Amino acid sequence: MSLLSVRDLVVKFAMRNNTVTALNKISFDLARGERIGIVGESGAGKSITGFSILNLLSKPGYIDSGSITFDGEDITQMTDPQLRDIRGNRIAMIFQDPMVTLNPVLTIGQQMVETLQAHRRLSKSDAEQIAIAKLREVYIPAPEERLAQYPHELSGGMRQRIIIAIALLLDPQLIIADEPTTALDVTIQADIMELLLELCQSNKVSLILITHDLGVVSQMTERTLVVYAGRIIEAGPTREIINDPQHPYSQGLINALPQQTPRGEKLKQIPGAMPALSAVPDGCAFNPRCSFATDTCRKTVPEVTRIDHLEVACHEVRRHHETEEVAE
Amino acid sequence: MFAYLVKRLFQAAAVMFVISLISFAIQDNLGDPLRELVGQSVSEETRDELRDELGLNDPFLVQYGRFLGNAVRGDLGTSYFFKEPALTVILKKLPATLELVAGATIIIIGLSIPLGVYTAIKPNSIMSRLIMGISIVGISVPVFLTAIGMIFLFSVELRWLPSFGRGDTVDVIGYWSTNFLTLDGWQHILLPSVALASIMLPLFIRLIRSEMMETLQSEYVRYAYAKGIAPRRIWFVHALKNTLLPVITVGGVQIGTMVAYTILTETVFQWPGMGFMFLEAVNRVDTPLIVAYLIVVGFIFVVTNTIVDLIYGLVNPTVKLSRMGA
Repeated sequence: MSLLSVRDLVVKFAMRNNTVTALNKISFDLARGERIGIVGESGAGKSITGFSILNLLSKPGYIDSGSITFDGEDITQMTDPQLRDIRGNRIAMIFQDPMVTLNPVLTIGQQMVETLQAHRRLSKSDAEQIAIAKLREVYIPAPEERLAQYPHELSGGMRQRIIIAIALLLDPQLIIADEPTTALDVTIQADIMELLLELCQSNKVSLILITHDLGVVSQMTERTLVVYAGRIIEAGPTREIINDPQHPYSQGLINALPQQTPRGEKLKQIPGAMPALSAVPDGCAFNPRCSFATDTCRKTVPEVTRIDHLEVACHEVRRHHETEEVAE
Repeated sequence: MFAYLVKRLFQAAAVMFVISLISFAIQDNLGDPLRELVGQSVSEETRDELRDELGLNDPFLVQYGRFLGNAVRGDLGTSYFFKEPALTVILKKLPATLELVAGATIIIIGLSIPLGVYTAIKPNSIMSRLIMGISIVGISVPVFLTAIGMIFLFSVELRWLPSFGRGDTVDVIGYWSTNFLTLDGWQHILLPSVALASIMLPLFIRLIRSEMMETLQSEYVRYAYAKGIAPRRIWFVHALKNTLLPVITVGGVQIGTMVAYTILTETVFQWPGMGFMFLEAVNRVDTPLIVAYLIVVGFIFVVTNTIVDLIYGLVNPTVKLSRMGA
């Protein structure tokens, strides 16, 4: 049984006059200890997917339908106390910007101890011992002294390490990392990712890494989901998606990587921009930007087709695949 | 810390200097103190002599310099009416006013935090709408009207509470006698305190509510939820502490403002404090007392603001007082 199973998840945002669909029938599975990446442009629904798993969507967003089964229980049906029991305890989340994630008026120690005490009966000093041990695991120098410090006394990289330490406090089964390094210095980004990978492997924690950085995904994850305008358009082993992407959008993303373009040439890019969620075109959401688009693409939403290890939602890929099969 | 205190002290001295200059300058526009002092029957020559004697004919700067010299030594002039040092007159009335302000402050702090937090957490509940509606009324109705209304209801109609004066007080030390040690004193101070709080309380409820709502939207509150922290702790530890930072700053200024608001409240309730005294002094053109009152109130302002800044430094870890002096 997989650790996490998301089925036909639909997330909507209630606007003043209408509702906007932010996630449209997202389905994926995550095995125990597996690391997956969710990639896509800003506004594609990556972060919303992450927050849905904790049932922590901020208003006016809400889960409209679908199920999120974590360790056999459906998160969408849980009461608040049940959710609280899971959050931070069995599923931990790492937020994007460490500069605004920690509470500025509480010490590092307070913020670590409260997390432990929210889930386990522990004395303050026992909790502090665990906190110090976890800080040591994320290579924070002089961890005993950090407990009395406030977030503003620490650098961004240091704060993100502390947030990783907080995520590990209760030995969760799953960590959701929402662009954990976008707010950090480039030089620190690699360190943080390496640390996260090392800790996930040594603690056998599953990871959902939300990012727009394909390079990071290829280093960190075993499987990748490519999200576009609220749908998963391609999913499969990371190596195959990076080396041989099938969906025209994934191909565009890979081609847009700077290392795919010879020195001196203009960088490739996908023409146009992702549609706003309130104005997603009929048919395949990618059709206005796609050079292979046909009338079918403009009319009907493509079904997911399985090609070897990959799952692709594209009419053209499907047609191509079918003719190949017939030819064989 | 020490450098900061010295810096604050200099600032306070500068502010006090300006306040003294302004309050002294307006005394020329308050009417002729001689008319109140001696009455109709005295001849013009005697009046002139008296003016000379009081130094009222000297140039402004000479008069101000003399005043400032005396003020530094703690002499703010002599009240024409009480024939006593103005400062002594005020110090006798000060405790009554400060107790009234303290009573109102207790009401404001005790009610504004729970009500502000509640209306921020449940903005759409009927209770919240009711609180916000009443608070609009509270802000809009002037203090003297609230006071008269309360006297009518609780003193005249229901006969629950006394309508004027301080009632039984207990002498504590010096000029200070307190309302807070007898039941009768508590009964007397209740209505005036509520009246005085009636303007500031709604203001604070609204301030706390809006700050709290903003804080609840912050990333660290969402993160606290993601850690599985109980809502109660998120509201009262994570959010409230951040909410109160700007509230403390505004609050200090408002306590000073309340001292000034006591003029209305004390007049309606015949409360023997310095607000009531000030109004009488204005009627009697008792200029030294008026000037002394303005300076004492200015002083209270400066002191409360300094205390508030110090408290702010204690609550907000990002402010280091030791570094603020540099």
